[in-house]
Amino acid sequence: MGVKKLIKNAVGRQVPKNIKGMGTLKMYKGPFDYTPSGKKNGPKLSKILPGQSKVLESIEKAILETGLKDGMTISFHHHFRDGDYIVNMVMDAIARLGIKDLVLASSSLTNAHDPLIDHIKNGVIRKIETSGLRGRLAEEISSGLMDIPVIVRSHGGRSRAIESGDLAIDVAFLGVPSCDEYGNANGFSGRSICGSLGYAMVDARYADKVVLITDNLVDYPNIPASIPQTDVDFVVKVNEIGDPKGIMSGATRFTSNPKELLMARNVADLIEASGYFKDGFSIQTGSGGASLAVTRFLREKMLKKGIKASFALGGITQQFVELHEEGLIKNLFDTQSFDLKAAKSIGKNPNHFEVDASFYANPHNKGCAVNKLDFVILSALEIDMDFNVNVITGSDGVIMGASGGHSDTAAGSKVSIVVAPLIRGRIPTVVDRVNTVITPGETVDAVVTDRGIAVNPLRKDLIDRFKEANLPICTIEELKEKAEKITGKPDPIEYTDKIIGVVEYRDGTIIDVIRQVK
Amino acid sequence: MEIKAVGMAGTFESSDISIVIEPSDSDEIKIHLKSSVEKQFGKQIRKVIVDTLTELGVGKAVVRATDKGALDCVIRARVQAAAYRAAQIKEYKW
Repeated sequence: MGVKKLIKNAVGRQVPKNIKGMGTLKMYKGPFDYTPSGKKNGPKLSKILPGQSKVLESIEKAILETGLKDGMTISFHHHFRDGDYIVNMVMDAIARLGIKDLVLASSSLTNAHDPLIDHIKNGVIRKIETSGLRGRLAEEISSGLMDIPVIVRSHGGRSRAIESGDLAIDVAFLGVPSCDEYGNANGFSGRSICGSLGYAMVDARYADKVVLITDNLVDYPNIPASIPQTDVDFVVKVNEIGDPKGIMSGATRFTSNPKELLMARNVADLIEASGYFKDGFSIQTGSGGASLAVTRFLREKMLKKGIKASFALGGITQQFVELHEEGLIKNLFDTQSFDLKAAKSIGKNPNHFEVDASFYANPHNKGCAVNKLDFVILSALEIDMDFNVNVITGSDGVIMGASGGHSDTAAGSKVSIVVAPLIRGRIPTVVDRVNTVITPGETVDAVVTDRGIAVNPLRKDLIDRFKEANLPICTIEELKEKAEKITGKPDPIEYTDKIIGVVEYRDGTIIDVIRQVK
Repeated sequence: MEIKAVGMAGTFESSDISIVIEPSDSDEIKIHLKSSVEKQFGKQIRKVIVDTLTELGVGKAVVRATDKGALDCVIRARVQAAAYRAAQIKEYKW
């Protein structure tokens, strides 16, 4: 292949200027440095005549009717998580029809999607664009399965790419838990409910052709609709769009893990002392044990101080719904419902609002919700001395996670708090240099572990307030030393020169690349 | 210390290491290691096993280790226990 010209970007990562099959790359310069130009991309105009039916008898028929051809870009959503049947069902049908060389752009891919490996090997899929990869698919791609690198985008970054035309979708295949014959769909009724359809709403609005696939065809009009009839070309009824057990975890159990409880209490204390914990504050948390526990500790503090939150964003969980129903959080903005209680609430509670991924986090619309966030609680696989965070590759360099809304919320919020145990087994979480940068350290304000709290030196204001509140603060270097004293210093992972993944920052610039593991 | 039989210690739980020590015909310590953290800590794990056996005066043995991310102190303890058992010694010199 010869030596490629590498450029060091603003987080010190060696990134090539060009990649075969991807053209020239824009370099990451800083979280808010890039200014977009041009106009939004839009779907092709179309015509549906009075009396014309949109319902087709099979996915094959829908694929043919959309005019899908070799080399086109197709899209999916990941609201059905590990229970998804849609991606595999559609890809099998596409393979049977002999269509090849496709770009598969899903809002994310999960453990349900290992069958894609064969479609990649057989040339049906040429390129993948996603938020994350897991399971065997992730392992195979990490060991060099594909010729063109995977593009990893955040949720905000993906909606930006769709609206700008960087990701121009020819056909979107969107599973929906409830739909009428004219394409009015929602996610909160039927046998396979997923709650919010926030990721799918963007695909429906911008794809040239939109196929909805449902196992619950209901009478017209199915309103209020998350995806409206005006966005939809075809409707296909199948027996099952997913496995309800994989789509939704039932009730989220409250953690009894003392490490997680300790971290959660520390996070709640930081929030309280930050200066932003006052009436009308806003918050987003993840769905991990410690994150969920933060909500409980925060509730006590809210009751004690007599303050209420204006909104919670996400990633809505049962914990948030309960606080909402209790009157402690006035509004919920929901791009993705994390559990059954949240999924049901969206169809029931009038101030539980379904929002699309662009409203949630797109940096290049006229103001996304993350910009109004006070606090976000985030997880991490690795955090380095510059506070850069990795949530995509494991300590062995193999892809195992997802970019998600991590970099979006860290950039938008006033206080971003990363919470992670200092060591996992023998693997230190705080390291010299993360394997892959998803979120630049400049946007990460505090790191809470079970053995200490470090605050980004850029946030002198927070350091002062935390010290005043007598919170146990140390430096990130001290955290790393504590970890290495227990685990020893890990050997760096060895990579080949082959790039298997490109990590786009939310603004479309390249913040890092992922190389093939030796 | 002479390895006379097969000695075992440890489990397959995470953060533990399973050590099996067997007699060997050759004059060296031969290690077969499988580890969930091979890439980051493979060298260190091998070093701890050899050092621990050397301290015990074991010069020849076959060691089969299955590691699930054990810390050095755990590895040392499991190797010591397995070695004493393989040497059929019941008086432990701590």
